[in-house]
Amino acid sequence: MSTDRTGPKHAGPRRGPWSFLSGGTGTVALLLVVVFAVIATQNPSFFEGPPLMSFARMAAPLVLLAVGQYFVIVSGEFDLSVGSLVGAQVVVAARLIDGDEAMTLPVMGLMVAFGLVVGLFNGLVTTVLKVPSIITTLGTMLILFGAVRYWTGGAPTGALSESFRLPGRGGIEGVPYLGQLPYALIIAAVAAAAAVWLMRSPYGRCLMAVGDNDVAAAFSGVRVWRVRTAAFVLSGLMASVAAVLIGGFSGVTAQVGEGLEFTAITAVVLGGVLLGGGRGTVVAAVLGALSLEALFTLFTQLYLPATIQPTVQGLIIIAAVAYASRRGDLRLPERLRRRTGPPTERPLGTSRR
Amino acid sequence: MNRPSLSPSLLSPRSLHRRLGTTGLVYAALVVILAVSAVLVSARGASLFTTANTVDLLTRSSLLGFLAVGMTLVILCRSLDLSVGYVAALSTVVAATVMAGDPGRMLLGVGSALGVCALVGLANGLVVTKLRVNPFIATLGMGLVVKGYLDTNFQGPAGEIPAAFQTLGYARLGLLPVSTVVMLVLAVAAVWMLARTRLGHHMYAVGGDAEVARLSGVRVATPVVTAHVLCSVLAGVAGLLLAARFGTGNALVYDSGYELEAIAAVVLGGTYLLGGRGGVAGTIAGVLILATLDTVFNVLAVDPFVKDVLRGTIVIAAVALYARGQSSRAAVRVRFPSGGPPPPEAAPDPPGGGGPRDPEPAVGGAR
Repeated sequence: MSTDRTGPKHAGPRRGPWSFLSGGTGTVALLLVVVFAVIATQNPSFFEGPPLMSFARMAAPLVLLAVGQYFVIVSGEFDLSVGSLVGAQVVVAARLIDGDEAMTLPVMGLMVAFGLVVGLFNGLVTTVLKVPSIITTLGTMLILFGAVRYWTGGAPTGALSESFRLPGRGGIEGVPYLGQLPYALIIAAVAAAAAVWLMRSPYGRCLMAVGDNDVAAAFSGVRVWRVRTAAFVLSGLMASVAAVLIGGFSGVTAQVGEGLEFTAITAVVLGGVLLGGGRGTVVAAVLGALSLEALFTLFTQLYLPATIQPTVQGLIIIAAVAYASRRGDLRLPERLRRRTGPPTERPLGTSRR
Repeated sequence: MNRPSLSPSLLSPRSLHRRLGTTGLVYAALVVILAVSAVLVSARGASLFTTANTVDLLTRSSLLGFLAVGMTLVILCRSLDLSVGYVAALSTVVAATVMAGDPGRMLLGVGSALGVCALVGLANGLVVTKLRVNPFIATLGMGLVVKGYLDTNFQGPAGEIPAAFQTLGYARLGLLPVSTVVMLVLAVAAVWMLARTRLGHHMYAVGGDAEVARLSGVRVATPVVTAHVLCSVLAGVAGLLLAARFGTGNALVYDSGYELEAIAAVVLGGTYLLGGRGGVAGTIAGVLILATLDTVFNVLAVDPFVKDVLRGTIVIAAVALYARGQSSRAAVRVRFPSGGPPPPEAAPDPPGGGGPRDPEPAVGGAR
């Protein structure tokens, strides 16, 4: 799973073939390999088909959320509303479907539309009304959280239909070696591939430029507000798809989606994507999501008490990001950005102080 | 904080903003919200300004105030602190277990709680400045570390707060709760520090542009680390207040989402998420606005879920209102000083004003 996604990253940085190791993508790929290696020592059968596929199924929603969050972060903003949005979508879907198979497709359509509307709202408030996105999406988070609980009276009601749960649970049976190829993996892979393609399209270039320096982008003819709004809409879309998978996989509870926004942001940043925008690749974000999920798997396999897991998780993300920023080149765009005179560049890797 | 307007006579649409400055605008908003609330409450046949309601409002504001004042310092340095909720929880537990119900150990308890919090803040600051970890991740990670410690060692209420200390949580001087007085004193101290001391000026300088500050001979790490330590200590004070109210240490305090509420109060107070602009005075107004909303929702017996919806809407709306005023300000940092306004078709809203507005609290710090 990790190897089939490493292809595009060689093409990303325009430097030597091995220089990618010093960037965020290299760091996170290394982390993923290390975590997988430790898992393999604990549980040698992990890399046989079925356990790996069940890992993929669990990781798929986080991959989707990380891809969505990536668009927003690379454009220089935040989306804190995705966790609430996923929770709201699942609860609303359960109440509307209420076990009725015929309602499945219309409700899925409604969820996608709802995600798009929430994304559009976030985007327009952030770009047109100029509210900092951390506040906009924090507000959206509160609004969704409160509105859904008010609507359902505090506890989720209804039930999801079997066909709704299929994408999250089911898969193509009888694949050699793997056993069952989960739909979730296919959906996540398609989304990641589409995101890679999108970032190479003119839109993706604009998004990156806006995140790096929105004034310069505006001077170059980019419609900054449109590009950023679209990033929020994409995030909303990804959250909707993730909600279908999460709802199918783990069912309906009041806690669905809680804290997912921070997990998604952590995954993206773990991939070396710069908060503040303009730097980082989709592949790195996907690898970050996989690493984080692999870490959670490892914790379970090591029988770590659930209560100590946050501590380990916190230490690892700090260490990984610290390691990535030691390489020096992550800081480069910011330095360039702030320089007003001719760029007298300091050699890479030298300390800033 | 009260930035004097540069061309007071020009243009009218934003003249109110120009005359008042951001802080003035926040206080104007506070007055408007208080007035509207008073009318709403009296329409229900009650009064907003009864003793009980006023004390409730002030008590709420003292807790959030400690957190928000600290958060202001950190945000001014272009950093962020997402660990304050966990630090406050840690403080309640440390204070309660050290005091263990013995009035003679009160000072020891306060000292050890604040000391532990200061250490967490020091760790935050050093990770942000020396390891150059994005503040968002550094403090979120540190929060998770503290959460893991609390979850592992304290499943339920721990320790006991002596009665003498508990009275501090409820004692009042006339209408003013003691906690509010302490909060206001600390806020005034913070205002003084920012306006009068070298440290305060360096905080603004580093938040405005760390590279320029460094070239001007400021040791960039010092103000950032200090701000993080102060922020954590203030979160510790908030934790002490919570402990005094609960009478015991409660690790689950961190579930209340204090960090995001504090950030909301800071931004509501007109401080710029990118650092370098704003101040504590505005933050206090932001805190009072949020506390007023909470109190009014309580008095009107609004459904707790609707409360969340209203709070979210009001925060977005209020910040949008300030942003309207801010976007035209001459004090906006310009990245292309000689470039003139960007081409009009670039965006319907002038990106020249939007440039430094985007919330990337993370990028800067003191790297």
